[in-house]
Amino acid sequence: MARLVALEVHVLTKKVTFSHRWLPYLLVAPQIAITLVFFIWPASQALYQSVLRQDAFGLKTEYVGLANFAKLFNDPLYLQSFYTTITFSALVAGVSMAVALVLAVMADRVVRQATTYRTLLIWPYAVAPAVAGVLWWFLFNPTIGIAAYALDALGYDWNHYVDGGDAMTLIVVAASWRQVSYNFLFFLAGLQAIPKSLTEAAAIDGAGPLKRFVTIQLPLLSPTVFFLLVVNVVYAFFETFGVVHATTDGGPGQATTILVYKVWRDAFQGLNLGSSAAQSVVLMAIVIALTAIQFRFIERKVEY
Amino acid sequence: MTLTRSATAVAALMALGASPVAAETEIQFWHAMGGALGEKIEEIAAGFNETQDEFTVVPTYKGNYTENMTASIAAFRAGEQPHIVQVFEVGTATMMAAEGAIKPVQQVMDNADITWDADAYLPAVKSYYTTTDGALLSLPFNSSTPVLWYNRDLLDEAGIKDVPQTWNEMFAAADKLQASGHECAFSFGWQSWVMLENYLAWHDQPIGTKQNGFAGLDTELVFDESEDLTTLLQRIADSQEAGTFRYGGRRGDSLPLFTSGECAMWMNSSAYYAGISDQAEFEFGQAMLPVNTDAAETAQNSIIGGATLWVLEGHPESEYQGVAEFFNYLSSPEVQADWHQFSGYVPITTAAYELSNSQGFYEENPGTDTAIQQLSLNAPTENSRGLRFGNFVQIRDIINEELEDLWAGNKTAAEALSDAAERGNALLREFEGSNS
Repeated sequence: MARLVALEVHVLTKKVTFSHRWLPYLLVAPQIAITLVFFIWPASQALYQSVLRQDAFGLKTEYVGLANFAKLFNDPLYLQSFYTTITFSALVAGVSMAVALVLAVMADRVVRQATTYRTLLIWPYAVAPAVAGVLWWFLFNPTIGIAAYALDALGYDWNHYVDGGDAMTLIVVAASWRQVSYNFLFFLAGLQAIPKSLTEAAAIDGAGPLKRFVTIQLPLLSPTVFFLLVVNVVYAFFETFGVVHATTDGGPGQATTILVYKVWRDAFQGLNLGSSAAQSVVLMAIVIALTAIQFRFIERKVEY
Repeated sequence: MTLTRSATAVAALMALGASPVAAETEIQFWHAMGGALGEKIEEIAAGFNETQDEFTVVPTYKGNYTENMTASIAAFRAGEQPHIVQVFEVGTATMMAAEGAIKPVQQVMDNADITWDADAYLPAVKSYYTTTDGALLSLPFNSSTPVLWYNRDLLDEAGIKDVPQTWNEMFAAADKLQASGHECAFSFGWQSWVMLENYLAWHDQPIGTKQNGFAGLDTELVFDESEDLTTLLQRIADSQEAGTFRYGGRRGDSLPLFTSGECAMWMNSSAYYAGISDQAEFEFGQAMLPVNTDAAETAQNSIIGGATLWVLEGHPESEYQGVAEFFNYLSSPEVQADWHQFSGYVPITTAAYELSNSQGFYEENPGTDTAIQQLSLNAPTENSRGLRFGNFVQIRDIINEELEDLWAGNKTAAEALSDAAERGNALLREFEGSNS
């Protein structure tokens, strides 16, 4: 979502004039229709459902006002889930961006076989989160997983079924792995957009690769870094349910119960629609806030 | 919102897959049996369709239990519900609270023009799904119960002749195993079902008030009041230090611990028979669950897990005749015995059990009657008939979470159980509120 918005902003800032009065409306109509059907309508349903208490079959419905929200915010476990989500998002964004940046800088220097490296690095993005989850689940299964076996050989008793830290590590790795590819693409594009003359001039002045990276490339990459930060946080907040579902089920205890997973579980396993809808509304508020921040920042600071 | 959306999708799919012109009335049957079991269901339906030419039963696989249930509910909300839907045992309270959406099986069978005997079903299976005044709500189909799976080779190596029958013997066996150099003695899966719900039924203790929820929505969980359960769970948690118990995750995730030979014993559903025979490269067997002699001298009876078939409202009366005929066919000794022997689920009628017995199935496959013996050990009491709590899928998640906190050493057994009961009770009140 935020990704789309960012791209739209990018496009819309360049003024285009159409000769026909209705043509622009006609051209945006499909997008408007899609937004109405797949975003506005379900979102309004969630808002409506969040003030109701209803049984699974929809036979008895009762208006309860903000009771669903009040219950959520009086629940220490829900608040704890916020902290879990923030920790998780920060780790996913940090890990996936750092790894991607290192890979991008290295790939940027490669001359021979550059396309091969690039293709291989982008590959994991094509893997669905749930599949990635299952893959890592197998690797880290305490009994039969090869990664767990290797850790055991190194003297670390890996068991994400009992140890909350292990479980968090597992979902961060599984969620970041795929995102590295995405970040890599943007970083690489960003790096290649930096005029060669700048780095070459610095090189002539005697700046080493690290110095050139810190003083020239990184500052010029800052718009990309900021954009990716928002996108990655949004990803970690909203798209990682599949990873959690396939690996830890939110456990052990509540160690990996992130907000979006709880929404899914309460609705589709618990059939507790009111509470789940209220949680969706809270998440919706978060994504609106994140997008708003991004808008302001991009409008003011970033020049493309 | 998402429910309505998937309902629309389901409706659209159904419109797309519109059936060819058929003179026979179609009976839609949504189930959650994948793989070999799903093929078996196709086979059963085909068998029924051949016996008469008025109705055609169309089985459709809709994903796992929760997915199947959610899909059916969504379909109901969209007015496109199937006739028959397979629902797991913990969904019972949700289904039966949905008056106007479900048609009790008793009523379907009584209204139909067939001869049907409600007493043919095994009491321990049937009692889980009857109202307090004895009317059958849904048709038992695939039921299992937790048993003690053991690795004969490992027990022999440790010099353990008899499979442990009590919890004290379990820990004694662990000592022997460890003396012979084998660390992990036991593990279990579906911990809420095995170690809490079944433990309490097995020792004739209540899980909740109001006859475990059978007698009213104002039920409360009381499993935290069982001192012997608290002590046992604490003992199990403490035994992790010596490696006696190893926790292997929720549901059946701990199966590899047993099949890889890491843990000598494993407590979980009898329906793992096929899976274990497939994977285990050692001699294995199943025995009854251990008794905690601090709690009871002998065992009461265990309770079932698995699923039943529910009939949904909203179809022409004449079509329910087809449902009744199909149910009658499903319950016939031949079909049931075949299903039982193939799947490892318990036979749901006494006749099917006797037929399997006379066919020599239990002699050829020793231990395969453990589940049925456990279930029929004694006449079920209010504590061992089963349970009926609303929002129980979520409550099981809570129990999972709290027990994990116990295994991780974050909480004592007493804290974990009382927190689980407290959080569970909040959900029970919510269910009571939205269904009254």
